[in-house]
Amino acid sequence: MVTVSDYAGLKPAWCPGCGNFGILEALNRAVIEMGIEPRQVLLVSGIGQAGKLPHYTRGNVFNSLHGRSIPPAVGAKIANSELTVIAVSGDGDAYGEGGNHFLHAARRNHDITYLVHDNQVYGLTKGQASPTSDVGFVTKTTPYGAASPVNPIALAIVSGASFVGRGFAGDVEHLANLIKKGIAHRGFALIDILQPCISFNHKNTFQWYKERVYKLEDERYDPGDKKAALERALEWGDRIPIGIIYQVKSLTYEEQLPPLSKGPLVTQVIDPARVEKVLAEFM
Amino acid sequence: MPIDFSFMIGGEAGQGVQSVGFLLAKVFARGGYHIFADQDYESRIRGGHNFFRVRVSDHKVNAIAEDVDILIAFNMDSIELHQPKMVAEGIIIYDGDRLKGVSGNNGSLFRIPLEKLAEEKGGGKLMVNTVALGAALAIVNYDLNILNTVLVDRFGNGELGSKNIAAAKAGYDYVQSEHKGKFRNIKPLSEAGKMLLTGNETIALGAIAAGCKFMAAYPMTPASSIMEYIAAKSRDLDLIMVHAEDEIAAINMAIGAAYAGVRAMTATSGSGLCLMVEGIGLAGITETPIVIIDGQRPGPAVGLPTRTEQGDLQFVLHAHHGDFPRAVLAPAAIEDAFWVTVKAFNWAERYQLPVIVLTDQHLASSYATVGPLDLSQVTIDRGMLFSEKEDDPLEYMRHRVTESGISLRAFPGLGEALVVTDCDEHDEEGHLTEDAGERTAQVQKRLRKILPLKKEIGKPHKYGARGAEATLIGWGSTYGAIHEAVDILRREDVSINMLHLSELWPFPAKAVADAVHKTPNTYAIENNATGQLARLIKAETGYDVSGRILKYDGRPFTPAYIAQAVKKEGC
Repeated sequence: MVTVSDYAGLKPAWCPGCGNFGILEALNRAVIEMGIEPRQVLLVSGIGQAGKLPHYTRGNVFNSLHGRSIPPAVGAKIANSELTVIAVSGDGDAYGEGGNHFLHAARRNHDITYLVHDNQVYGLTKGQASPTSDVGFVTKTTPYGAASPVNPIALAIVSGASFVGRGFAGDVEHLANLIKKGIAHRGFALIDILQPCISFNHKNTFQWYKERVYKLEDERYDPGDKKAALERALEWGDRIPIGIIYQVKSLTYEEQLPPLSKGPLVTQVIDPARVEKVLAEFM
Repeated sequence: MPIDFSFMIGGEAGQGVQSVGFLLAKVFARGGYHIFADQDYESRIRGGHNFFRVRVSDHKVNAIAEDVDILIAFNMDSIELHQPKMVAEGIIIYDGDRLKGVSGNNGSLFRIPLEKLAEEKGGGKLMVNTVALGAALAIVNYDLNILNTVLVDRFGNGELGSKNIAAAKAGYDYVQSEHKGKFRNIKPLSEAGKMLLTGNETIALGAIAAGCKFMAAYPMTPASSIMEYIAAKSRDLDLIMVHAEDEIAAINMAIGAAYAGVRAMTATSGSGLCLMVEGIGLAGITETPIVIIDGQRPGPAVGLPTRTEQGDLQFVLHAHHGDFPRAVLAPAAIEDAFWVTVKAFNWAERYQLPVIVLTDQHLASSYATVGPLDLSQVTIDRGMLFSEKEDDPLEYMRHRVTESGISLRAFPGLGEALVVTDCDEHDEEGHLTEDAGERTAQVQKRLRKILPLKKEIGKPHKYGARGAEATLIGWGSTYGAIHEAVDILRREDVSINMLHLSELWPFPAKAVADAVHKTPNTYAIENNATGQLARLIKAETGYDVSGRILKYDGRPFTPAYIAQAVKKEGC
């Protein structure tokens, strides 16, 4: 039986009231309710306030470079396909520095879950605009206002992600459920999480999100319909959808690798003599 | 009379230069000869001018020869450019129906209607290359049956195979009847056939033998054929090769796989390595064992994409900020690359750090006869591993401070131990810290690993007369050319020897200093513009290498080129 104490990590160094706390709680709740032990989990994070999350829970941790939560997560998943691999990034990490990895991990449909703490601003470096900052958002590095934002939901859908969801750090129960579904999903699962930054984003506040978010599961909505999903992906204003926006079954990258059908790569034996059988080709 | 004979095949990209060169090399390797063959090609798919040189010898050779005995010319450029390199009794094979007005003093001109024979006796124009192969073998009176076995391997037993055999015979018979009395004799040797491999193939085989099961890479000349080979063998040998979206992803994926417990590598060239630099430091601070192959080519930036250089030595020694240990190895020859690669994986895991293997286009895409490889000599050392039978997994700390600097490795998900690491400075458990004491302890712990690693570094290879007047100093793929240059010069009574390094970092300072400090003249022979090894020797030993013989035109050294350059220096 997995309990809350199994996931008690170090004391977070986030600002009191930060949206990250809701995400941490939702993640812990999800893995506990799924009965996943810390030893089965690998959390791979990048750099930013989000990147610190793995230290504040328990599990195997690879805290990687800025923008690089996905590549080591992919490498580790292929090396040991039995691990529950969760990559964690902020919006700068995921959609700025790591944008290329995001597109290609979605396209290849690696079997990992990708949690993106999306507070539409840089927190760790103190308040610069991020790739998802609203257009016109004025910061120290964007004195004339930020350019138009990337749309991670639409990008993930058109890039081939098989699970695309959006959560809200202010609704922990909903987010925990969404994370559970993302982990259970076979394939690349993006969960973009609306996360207020109380220190540097005074526009997109808890209140601002609360007034706008609505749950897709409360509507007649089929997440298997790609065109409908793209329509919801473009919805950003008075109404912002949360929940599973798109989900489809498709073969994962790992399922298509013949050697992995023989068990995790890491447990397969090393035998130099196996090279013998290819040497004849060079005669 | 020892046999040492060189063929050159020249033509445009797309004319089959590579194919004829490779098959020719294979035919002689199968007849027991030693081969060294290199490729000179432009960065294009069609047109231009490419050539392929095949040196056939009855003794081990590790370099290309300057002179050409037989030239197979598919275009006029081949004749015009390479005729000056022909030996006096050399022979040029060309299709007189296609190339008109060929003349020149060097070499006998063998006009052969290659295309006509291919159409009449073979299976059409496409078999021109096979006719030329047959003709070339007739000139040296070689056994056509060996070519036939090579053609069957390549084209199969069916119609295509038979047509190629007929085409080869047509070329062979034509030369034997039309050019009587001008032949040389290179009969197959009684020795068993030899394996013929490129440097990249031996590296790939070394990696597989060493138990590397994961590779991620992004295509880049001259390294791409490593990823292609691993991918081709992935199903049969249970390997994974991920063609990543870029070099940054590639190295970070390899690091992720290695962290999870699988031996992992990546391969690229200099400007790809520029993108990977962040990963070198990530492997350094997380103490993740990875092997990085850098097939050097001339830089900076894109430089000369298909050509060779040894310009990355100073780069790989320093690439990344901060102080942490790494190892740098540079195979001396194609066969050596197999064992160096095995060693790289063992060192990476024993010392939990990045190991960089420096090759270059010349080593990567040249062919040499190898072996036989004794796989029973391959040892696998995975370094210090955590055992849950002996120790409490709840007490496990990935970066525990130890006397040797080496901490026990555990792998995530395989036991109860949680494996935590961080690219931030971290405490012994692996959690990020800014504590001054913990920071200092971790830096020192990582650097302590250099001490045992230093002891592993092999002594530089010495060759030639002891106490000679001059020493030629080199590293990596120039070994064969320098070695042979020493032979040439000694035959001319020049008092000379060589000092060659293939294990470059941690630098064997004492061994190098001891070897050179009494020599009146030392020359750094390097395929770069500034003498990067000479600078390293100065930095690590204080010794000034007195002369430099440098080549940075993108082309490899030949023994004759080095010998001549040394003589010009007044030796």
